[in-house]
Amino acid sequence: MSVTTRKPPAEKSAKDDSQLRQKEMIARHYSRLARAPETGEKNVYTFVPGNLTELLRSFDLLPVLPEINALQSGMRGKSGDYIALAEKLGHSEDVCTYVKCDIGMLKSGNVGPTGERLPKPDLLLLSYTGCFTFMKWFELLKQEYDCPVVMLHVPYQADGRITESMRTYVSTQIRKKLIPALEQVSGRKYDEDRLKECLQRSAQAEEDLVWVLQSAKNRPSPIDAWFGAVYYVGPIFSAFRGTEEAVEYYRALRAEIAERVAQKLGPVTPDGLLTEEKYRLVVEGPPNWTSFREFWRMFAEEGAVVVASTYTKVGGTYDFGFRHDADRPIETMAEYCMGCYTNLDLQTRVGILERYVKEYAADGLLVNSVKSCNSFSAGQLAMLREVESRTGRPAGFIESDLVDPRYFSAANIKNRLESFLQMIAQKRGGPA
Amino acid sequence: MKYCVGIDLGSTTTKAVVVDEAARVLGRGITNSRSSYDAACQVAVTEALHDARFAQIAGELAHMGVEADRRAAWVRDIERGFREQQYRTQLLTLREELRGAVALREHDAALEQALATIQERMGAESKALFAADANRKSDFFRDLAGSRYLEHAEKLARKKGSGLSFDTLVGLFDKAILEVEARSTEAGAFAEHALHAARELPERSRELERAIEAAAAIPMEEASSVGTGYGRARLPFPKERIRSEILCHGLGAHLMFPRTRTVLDIGGQDTKAIQVDESGIVTSFQMNDRCAAGCGRYLGYIADEMNLGLHELGPMACNSKRAVRINSTCTVFAGAELRERLSLGEQREDILAGLHRAIILRAMSLLSRSGGVKDEFTFTGGVARNPAAVGALKDLVRENYGELTINISSESIYTGALGAALFAWREWNRKEVAA
Repeated sequence: MSVTTRKPPAEKSAKDDSQLRQKEMIARHYSRLARAPETGEKNVYTFVPGNLTELLRSFDLLPVLPEINALQSGMRGKSGDYIALAEKLGHSEDVCTYVKCDIGMLKSGNVGPTGERLPKPDLLLLSYTGCFTFMKWFELLKQEYDCPVVMLHVPYQADGRITESMRTYVSTQIRKKLIPALEQVSGRKYDEDRLKECLQRSAQAEEDLVWVLQSAKNRPSPIDAWFGAVYYVGPIFSAFRGTEEAVEYYRALRAEIAERVAQKLGPVTPDGLLTEEKYRLVVEGPPNWTSFREFWRMFAEEGAVVVASTYTKVGGTYDFGFRHDADRPIETMAEYCMGCYTNLDLQTRVGILERYVKEYAADGLLVNSVKSCNSFSAGQLAMLREVESRTGRPAGFIESDLVDPRYFSAANIKNRLESFLQMIAQKRGGPA
Repeated sequence: MKYCVGIDLGSTTTKAVVVDEAARVLGRGITNSRSSYDAACQVAVTEALHDARFAQIAGELAHMGVEADRRAAWVRDIERGFREQQYRTQLLTLREELRGAVALREHDAALEQALATIQERMGAESKALFAADANRKSDFFRDLAGSRYLEHAEKLARKKGSGLSFDTLVGLFDKAILEVEARSTEAGAFAEHALHAARELPERSRELERAIEAAAAIPMEEASSVGTGYGRARLPFPKERIRSEILCHGLGAHLMFPRTRTVLDIGGQDTKAIQVDESGIVTSFQMNDRCAAGCGRYLGYIADEMNLGLHELGPMACNSKRAVRINSTCTVFAGAELRERLSLGEQREDILAGLHRAIILRAMSLLSRSGGVKDEFTFTGGVARNPAAVGALKDLVRENYGELTINISSESIYTGALGAALFAWREWNRKEVAA
């Protein structure tokens, strides 16, 4: 009864295929970046939320994502030292740990998570200013690299919608500020046909990703839509949206998950296949990266599966219909910049969580409030209460951090998680 | 008779509650948590069963028609005598363990002589230690024997030319006490100790001895058990017999005060704010995160800083006329603030009152995040026994939520174990019904 996982049987390697392919894609990208000083390829540092990968790719520019570097450093046990170094350089304990991890990495020789040195940026591009810290982060990088910076001012969706004037405001900035800067850095003319091809490929990959994420409506869910899905959103939110590689990856992933649905298989966890789905959860907030597997195991050991998460919408929100639209190339990118999850007002976020709890038939909502990220954390407790009262299902609250290992208290988190799960069991009159 | 048991393995103490087939509380037991979780659990359960036996003795006496006052006095006296017998038995174990520890060292006649002297003195004073009017600061063998041992050891080591090292003597005790605690279930032997205590009474009573024999003869069979608390992952139970302490405290508070809707538990290393429904089912909770400031240990630390006993803090703080405002929520910083305030000439009781208010302010924040304070409000955990903490809580609840009923039970330390016992009973009952 206490054993809910088992090692995957030898023939069950389909899941590992997509994960393997994803790892290879990312490793290849890092190698290409490492060789850039020799090959002469130019790169742009930019962030995950609302990024403009298609546009960069249409100029043959390579994206570098500092948050991805930070989370990868966190998963590989390097972030603690980087953060300590950044603090030594004068960054306060209360600063976002992604920033400190990145600064520490930079000051340690800018060696990326795969062990290869990352190139200096040819441009710093901020396409989402909803996170104020991003601005400060690039200000610090600018001091370091003395390279050009483009900052788009992106309006907040305070009323939960994008107005015509908001769209025009961002589109104009893309046309008048960003495109000329990219032409300058790349030495190429803006090629709208090439951009449209990228956007078409984006839409195709997005379609498959949405299908994969929504497969969690099945019982049992074939995926874990938080821990497992961070691998799934990796390519689309980082350097690959708009590439043929991404299209192929998502096609293969979809086929793989379709097979799991057909076989009524649960997700694969760090300890193997989850054989008994006891709790279906919706999760709000990012995961913790420094103890990622340990954290996931705490869920898997209890038979808890995440069926929907908001973190997997951190780059962009697709599940309510948005797809990149090649017919309106600039406007669609402007909408994408404004459509990432943390750019949505609290009422919209509550509405999304409510829909998730109901549509995915979840037993409850769990919030992982991270110390680093106020874009996520501000208002979370009020959101939790609201979702609780609208759905009538229990809600739980745990606290950790992104990449600072000092803020992951395993005993405390396990205690709260188990209490929350037992609370669910008790409420449904089960064996609590 | 069949019984179900709930165990709450806390960071400071381990508690057990035993209930009968009708889910009525039979007995409660407590011991200090220790390196061996198994031993701590066993001792707590044994203590709870002893407590149940005393209740059974009272029951037998009532059955025999002994009047209430007399019954109570007898049970109180034999319980005291029983504790003394237990203490003496454990002293013998300590002697054995000390012998074992000293045998591992190079032969040292002075040291062996000193140990013999200490033990002789400890044996001689055990009667006084358990006298009717004696004031024991703790009932745990480690604390009781430890403080006596240290006092005697210090006296001997201080003597000029003794050639004894106090540190060596302390080291031997520290080593031996671990073994004693691991073996302390041996101190059991209920009937033997209780009868011995009865025979030692100034007026022997055949009735009392018969009652003890009758009670001790009632067969006790464990039907089910559930564990909870910080050490619960290491409780000697299968996983399905372990419950979160949040659920256990919620249910325990509901059992003690059925109209409870909000529970605050301040334990050694965590603070929990819990909302429950009319059946004691948890609907929401918040716990302290990342940092244990504002928990029971905070007071322990302050007590150490001020060279006071933990139980002396509250009463002293209650004498305050003007509480000092303490800003630090960090335990260590509060210690620094305490020293600074003392150096500025502030009164100890005023500083202490401020510290108590600071810990309750942390709890108020957790309560509001869990959904506020609703009527009735039940305060549990070790800190609920501290009058200054209770006073600060009452004031702050009134200021923020108005007048409402605040429940504090003298048995509040057993809240988690009581909830666990009821979970155990439900488990057993479900199986009984199914069978």
